[in-house]
Amino acid sequence: MTFRIGPRTNQIIAYSILLLMTLITVVVLFFIIGYVFKNGVGQLSLEFLTDKTRNMGKEGGIFPSILGTFFVTIFAIVIATPLGIGSAVYLVEYTRGGLIHRIISFGADCLAGVPSIIYGLFGFIFFVITLNLGWSIISGGLTLAVMIIPTIIRTTEEAIKAVPHSYREISYSLGGGKLDTILKVVLPTSLPGILTGVILGIGRAVGETAAVIFTAGSSLGIPTSAFSSTRTLAVHFYILAREGISMPKAYGTATVLIIIILLVNFIAYRLMHRFMERYY
Amino acid sequence: MIIKIANLNLYYDKFQALKNVNLSIKENLITGIIGPSGCGKSTLLRVFNRMNDLIKNVKITGSILIDEKDIYSPVYDLILLRKNVGMVFQRPNAFPISIFDNVAYGPRVWGINDKKTLIEIVERSLAAVDLFDSIKDRLKDSALSLSAEKQQRLCIARLLAVEPQILLMDEPCSALDPIATGKIEELMLELKKKYTIIIVTHNMQQAARVADEVGFMLLGELIEFNSVKKIFTNPSDERTFGYISGRFG
Repeated sequence: MTFRIGPRTNQIIAYSILLLMTLITVVVLFFIIGYVFKNGVGQLSLEFLTDKTRNMGKEGGIFPSILGTFFVTIFAIVIATPLGIGSAVYLVEYTRGGLIHRIISFGADCLAGVPSIIYGLFGFIFFVITLNLGWSIISGGLTLAVMIIPTIIRTTEEAIKAVPHSYREISYSLGGGKLDTILKVVLPTSLPGILTGVILGIGRAVGETAAVIFTAGSSLGIPTSAFSSTRTLAVHFYILAREGISMPKAYGTATVLIIIILLVNFIAYRLMHRFMERYY
Repeated sequence: MIIKIANLNLYYDKFQALKNVNLSIKENLITGIIGPSGCGKSTLLRVFNRMNDLIKNVKITGSILIDEKDIYSPVYDLILLRKNVGMVFQRPNAFPISIFDNVAYGPRVWGINDKKTLIEIVERSLAAVDLFDSIKDRLKDSALSLSAEKQQRLCIARLLAVEPQILLMDEPCSALDPIATGKIEELMLELKKKYTIIIVTHNMQQAARVADEVGFMLLGELIEFNSVKKIFTNPSDERTFGYISGRFG
């Protein structure tokens, strides 16, 4: 005699297991965010956000680190976005399916999985020492750019590939050249996908610790130029917690970091939604 | 524009899709190409604007003359060819941008950026497909908000905006219901006054309704090319008779 489960019971079991999996994921996520918020919200105040950091972070606010995070991230995105999109366009539109395409795609996939501390080490040796840029916003930004370019290439690639072939055909059939087709049809149509890649990149850059601690440094002064050393929020949090300087301040910093990432995602989501609503 | 094809052979890699096709197409007529699926009729249509060039490993022999010029000669301006020979595709495939930008796409590619000129072209093109009156207040809306029939009209308008002389239609009504099909067919009869039209269809009745001359294709060969009346009442080839009487297809 074989043991059989009726199709209806089967459904219920499958449904329950899937629901359970989802619940576990969501609960863990909310627990982490909730825990950090519970410990950090008390620290939040206008003063905490706008004041200088004093006494190694035991007192004062995190204004220099907010500035540092902002500049390093902007620097990285401004460099990585055009490079990433350009490479993706070249790969898909000019070498599609060829050997070069496959090699570079494979390379990009591997690079996207390399631990960030390796990028940090590379950035330290190449940007900080060899190019003599020192611990600075430039070095940090460049390192982060190198780190997120693979992500932007891969997401842009997928977005461009998803543009229906018929759109290209129409463009050609109206006398459009390859460049017209790319600039006026392919890129605008794949914009939501490209934007997703850029946002993922911003997310990685904002939250990155290992890659910037070796390249942007950990100075607590307010950055005055692109060559200033700075301490990003993630690094600040790491140092506060690691050196046992002040756990409340560390949680406060983490809370701000999470809020920033949520905000970035929220704004990007709204932008994308508006774009899609208009045309799709 | 008169089109003359002589000894045309086309190969996809090793597969021969067109076999020794000879054909001449007259100005301001609707020429229908009929035949069962896979007979090469769409391939033939894509010879006229060299869309087959986009596919790898295509080899073509023979000559295709438009106004006595060989369009496959290396000195022939491909971009100009694509402008003169416009194409309507099977499915209405408007770009996911506004109605106005869809129609203005071609002219913009051709370097027209003056706002007033563009508005003029867009209005004229939409009017030519009887679309302007019903959507003139929504030119900024997404083209995808239109019904399938209106989208297909829009696609034709987008084509007319670059002022072609020959219109290629690849089963332009296969995604439309009968009423919409009837309306597009009326439009074709209207457009033929100004344009030379070649339509590929596997709807025989459609060819009978709109075409002046009809070619029947089978397995890459052009079996018979005659006036619509002759093809549908007294075809000279037995295979044509077999197809139009529904014995195969």
